[in-house]
Amino acid sequence: MVQTGVVLAYLALVMYLGIFAFRSRRAAPGAEEYFVAGRKLGPAVFLLSLFGTNMTAFSILGASGHAFANGIVTYGLMASSSALVIPVSLLLIGTRLWALGKRHGFMTPVQMFRDRWECGHIGTVIFVVQAVLLVPYIIIAVMGGGTTLHTVSGGRVPFWLGGGLVSLVVTTYVFFGGMRGTAWVNAFQTVLFLLFGAIAVAVVSAGMGGFSTAMESMLASPATAPLLSRERISPLYFLSYTFIPLSSIAFPHIAIFCLTAERLSHFKKTIVFYPLCMLAIWLPSVFLGVAANRATDVPAIAAKVEARAELAAGGPALSQDARDRLRVQAAGDDVILRLVEGYAPLWLAALLGAAVMAAVMASDSQILALSTMFTEDVFTFYGGRRRFGEAMQVRTGRAFVVLLTAIAYLVALRMPQSIFDLATQYAFAGYAALSPLLVAALFWRGSTKWGALASTVWTAAAVAFVAVVQTTVAPPPPGAGVPILTIGDIDVVTRAAAGMMVAGFLPVVPMTVISALLMVVVSALTARTQPAKDTLAKYFPG
Amino acid sequence: MTRVAIAVILAVLYGLHQDFWLWREARPLVFGVLPIGLFYHAAYTVATAVVLWVLVRIAWPSHLEEPVTRA
Repeated sequence: MVQTGVVLAYLALVMYLGIFAFRSRRAAPGAEEYFVAGRKLGPAVFLLSLFGTNMTAFSILGASGHAFANGIVTYGLMASSSALVIPVSLLLIGTRLWALGKRHGFMTPVQMFRDRWECGHIGTVIFVVQAVLLVPYIIIAVMGGGTTLHTVSGGRVPFWLGGGLVSLVVTTYVFFGGMRGTAWVNAFQTVLFLLFGAIAVAVVSAGMGGFSTAMESMLASPATAPLLSRERISPLYFLSYTFIPLSSIAFPHIAIFCLTAERLSHFKKTIVFYPLCMLAIWLPSVFLGVAANRATDVPAIAAKVEARAELAAGGPALSQDARDRLRVQAAGDDVILRLVEGYAPLWLAALLGAAVMAAVMASDSQILALSTMFTEDVFTFYGGRRRFGEAMQVRTGRAFVVLLTAIAYLVALRMPQSIFDLATQYAFAGYAALSPLLVAALFWRGSTKWGALASTVWTAAAVAFVAVVQTTVAPPPPGAGVPILTIGDIDVVTRAAAGMMVAGFLPVVPMTVISALLMVVVSALTARTQPAKDTLAKYFPG
Repeated sequence: MTRVAIAVILAVLYGLHQDFWLWREARPLVFGVLPIGLFYHAAYTVATAVVLWVLVRIAWPSHLEEPVTRA
């Protein structure tokens, strides 16, 4: 009851922050104010909000769940690689997007692509691919909200009501607060994340009687010792993960967020502090996930450990149904919730509920980004603003926010979450494969619209292919692989337990490399279609 | 600082992320609790922040900051 109350109070606070707290009296009403906060965000909000926008439910729940099953490798796979790649992409690409936005008024990446390559409908193709890859995140967030409220209320708040409530809160502050409201909510949520990690480590450590004993006993057991090294993961798999953070700057909501800073210098603190924020959130999440393997005095965690042991002992002898059932039982996504439930006082468990809500509500930026993209890349591009005016453009953006959230809510009520969990995995690879578009647009004079189209169509086709393979070929037991494409004696494409692999790499690697190659080769073949000199001079002065 | 020097620094940092030399090691437990592989990547994250601080100081794209007039 206390937890439910705290979470509901948190939702009310977030709504207040988003709508009223930081509404600028000086700001001129209009599209630029609504969609990119008038390009006037200060350095602290820019840092905290950009970081919070990049953090999803996965950062707290998924990271500890992954670490629970896979061990310390989770940090190297997802945190330290992002700590390098994301700030570097902000330094090299984000700053240039900011400058171009300030100079030419761009509000979306597609606007910039259309101008840079002097194209119209190819920009629409890029918009469609970006939008399709972004929608699953919004549906997942609605589902996460429903599940979290259902869990923290002990089942008193049904899934449909929890999802509806979260959708309503997010829609309301995005509708009224636009980018400024969304940015302040994200900044507040990031502070909550940062506080939560340290507090949770201290409380769980006290509950478990310190972590030294837990680590030593894990090292002494053959079942858990591998979780403290990376012996179960291949170096190629590890290397593949460094491609995933390339997706960050290619996500429209991150690229659009780069346009909101008042000054270029605001990027400096964001770039330097980004790795430290990653450390502050991910190290506790991963460490607690690993340590949970010794928290078997918490019944729910003991049940997960037993299910995993049964899965490992049964191996290929288990039926597919039994494997699927045991996988669900052993899944660790709620392991940090269970740890805090087991060791923390009620007040901390309630705060955790709020932090989890913060994580699952990270869809606000994606909703706003899709609304910005729709109004700028479709409504304005096809003459809507010219005919109906700027006020109608903002009204259209707001209507789109309501419509999109309502559709996401209805879909969330009717479809299983596993579909969208998978879809978000594809989306990361898809956006990483779209990153060559940004690099080519900003750094290569010779790139052409046909090169951009080739990269985009390839990305869409590759994502669809991976999705089909992963949904039609059942996952084999851990360690085994189902050959899908064999050339000579070499299995080029295989279906492993963790997903599809290409020559030992995750699909994101060939997807990104081929996308970059297509950009180079097709641009070279269509060099005659390069934009006019005046256009090139905007991007490559001097 | 030349573009080549920056590229080399970033390439070295990227290479250091692939710490195959600690692949199968769990010991020593740093501070008695952190397996060496996890400690290495935590330290790597801090080192990344330091390198980025240096890059921001000496390779900042200040030409982008020039006063702009909306075209």
